[in-house]
Amino acid sequence: MAETPTQTRKNVDIPEGLWIACTKCSQMLYRRNLEEELHVCYECGHHYRIDARTRIKQLVDPGTFEEFLPSLESSDPLEFTDRISYKERLAGVKKESGESEAILVGKAFIKGRGVILGVMNPFFIMGSMGSVVGEKVSAAAERAVKDDLPLIMVTCSGGARMMEGMVSLVQMAKTSAAIARLDEAGGLYIVVMTDPTTAGVAASFAFLGDFTLAEPGALIGFAGPRVIANTIKAVLPEGFQRAEFMLEHGYVDRIVHRKDLRSEIARLIDYANK
Amino acid sequence: MSTQTSAADNGAVSFKYMLEFEKPIAKMEQEVLRLEADQATSGRDYSEMIRSIREQLDATLKQAYSNLTPWENVQVARHPKRPLLRDYIRMLCKDFCELHGDRHIADDRALVCGFARIAGAKVMLIGHHKGRDTKERIECNFGCAHPEGYRKALRCMKLAEKFHVPVVALIDTPGAYPGVASEERGIAHAIAVNLMEMSRLRTPFVACVIGEGGSGGALGIAVADQIAVMEYAYYSVISPEGCAGILWKSAEHAARAANALKLTPKELRRLNLIDAVIEEPLGGAHRDAMAAARSVETWISRSLQDLSRVKTETLVKRRYDRLRNLGSFFVNTAEGAGQEQKVVKQRSRKAASVSAAPEATPAAG
Repeated sequence: MAETPTQTRKNVDIPEGLWIACTKCSQMLYRRNLEEELHVCYECGHHYRIDARTRIKQLVDPGTFEEFLPSLESSDPLEFTDRISYKERLAGVKKESGESEAILVGKAFIKGRGVILGVMNPFFIMGSMGSVVGEKVSAAAERAVKDDLPLIMVTCSGGARMMEGMVSLVQMAKTSAAIARLDEAGGLYIVVMTDPTTAGVAASFAFLGDFTLAEPGALIGFAGPRVIANTIKAVLPEGFQRAEFMLEHGYVDRIVHRKDLRSEIARLIDYANK
Repeated sequence: MSTQTSAADNGAVSFKYMLEFEKPIAKMEQEVLRLEADQATSGRDYSEMIRSIREQLDATLKQAYSNLTPWENVQVARHPKRPLLRDYIRMLCKDFCELHGDRHIADDRALVCGFARIAGAKVMLIGHHKGRDTKERIECNFGCAHPEGYRKALRCMKLAEKFHVPVVALIDTPGAYPGVASEERGIAHAIAVNLMEMSRLRTPFVACVIGEGGSGGALGIAVADQIAVMEYAYYSVISPEGCAGILWKSAEHAARAANALKLTPKELRRLNLIDAVIEEPLGGAHRDAMAAARSVETWISRSLQDLSRVKTETLVKRRYDRLRNLGSFFVNTAEGAGQEQKVVKQRSRKAASVSAAPEATPAAG
């Protein structure tokens, strides 16, 4: 997928234009350079959110990604409507993102090592998990058992998808059960938490990895910071729920710069004898 | 079952705790009380009148409760007089041997665990407790558990597994506690681990939502072989207020959100996400706590009996298959495409064959 500035507009969290101001440090960045740096600000190190296809291109050996279950779509079990209907919302997001759902799963190679890979997409209803995401994650875990390959999940999600109600909540149980099977089969499961990994996804398959890596500055937690601030009626501590905070409190193994993800994943696969 | 309960003072329902749609009912109830008191002191006979008001009362109750909107259903589930976990423990358990602490940091009062005897069976009882008076509510964080609560629950589930005792979970929580300490101690991690371990726990597991089934905080002790929701309880991915705040940008639209979320037991049954709806006494569990407890007891006892006949291997395998097919509502838009699609089709057929509600079968394939 060739990336021109206009094409990246809806899929990468970066303002338009050839020269752009970093949303974090306000430094002027040349777009081409930013893309070469894997969408990480080369002045302040801010890791921009990226869509699943861009992530896969950055992560796997060129041309090795083979997608599974590419055409699953939600059947809108609740016939949910808020200000617009869920069906309309899905149609809009599909058109905008060019994707059918909030995750891509498949088989790939990372530095020559075969893996089953899942990558979530923050630009598809905030990477939220409904029936399709639950199915794809579970199918990926089962495939990892069957093919005896490591499972790598790049998580990026606001949590369960409200528009699928309880159907989305039970996906937490479904995916966790599938990960339990992988664990019992002695399979290796590496999670890469990216910004954001929260709520129903954090509280299910994202926090069940044998190894938990996180990108710098990623928001990781259960309740949203605004909800917590409203509950306790106080200002939250600096860096609260960020990857560094989670590492300090013992919930993340390593914080890994985007450019080092490939080698770090390969390294863990080797240590785990997979 | 023992008889005392603090949950409902039968009959005398004060205006203080009235839900809007219950107000005409309360008026009639008070009228009956007044007449009865008058009768006792003056010696006059109002029995005819009282009977007629009672009949009218029952009819009104039936009318109101058979047509509750989802939002009214949520309000009944949160009714301040609704029986809570410790009320059920008093009413259901011949003995309750509480076990405290997660062995790491604390004892969470919002999540109560312990061995119990229910309908002649030894069980490990796990449940959320919201607290009745202000002091107790604060101690229990209104039923919102911290990670240590979920870790205590897991510790007790593991004990149940070790000693071949079934697990009974009673769910009543607005959600896991949203706070700094909760996040620092890994609430997401605690719930995730519970989900994984429950899915492979080698002992029978039944769960019943007795009040509020609030999101991950509820699910964190509710991955079971049999799941029931009481008639006026609810189970939802997010509170109606929270959902309204996000999607309608204002919590005032909670009633619409409650409607859209399909969180009532009837809808959940239709979607095949739960196994049973436990009937409540006329006018809700808070009007007759004993009757409510009896319904819960019957369901627990019957479910445990059914599960006790199943071999552990079969039980765990069946639980996985069930979870794997739960909430599968997707379509494959690439008809006749590669091998992967076939896998999905086969699975959906399997789901259809075990589904008790034909209209709720997945639409895959």
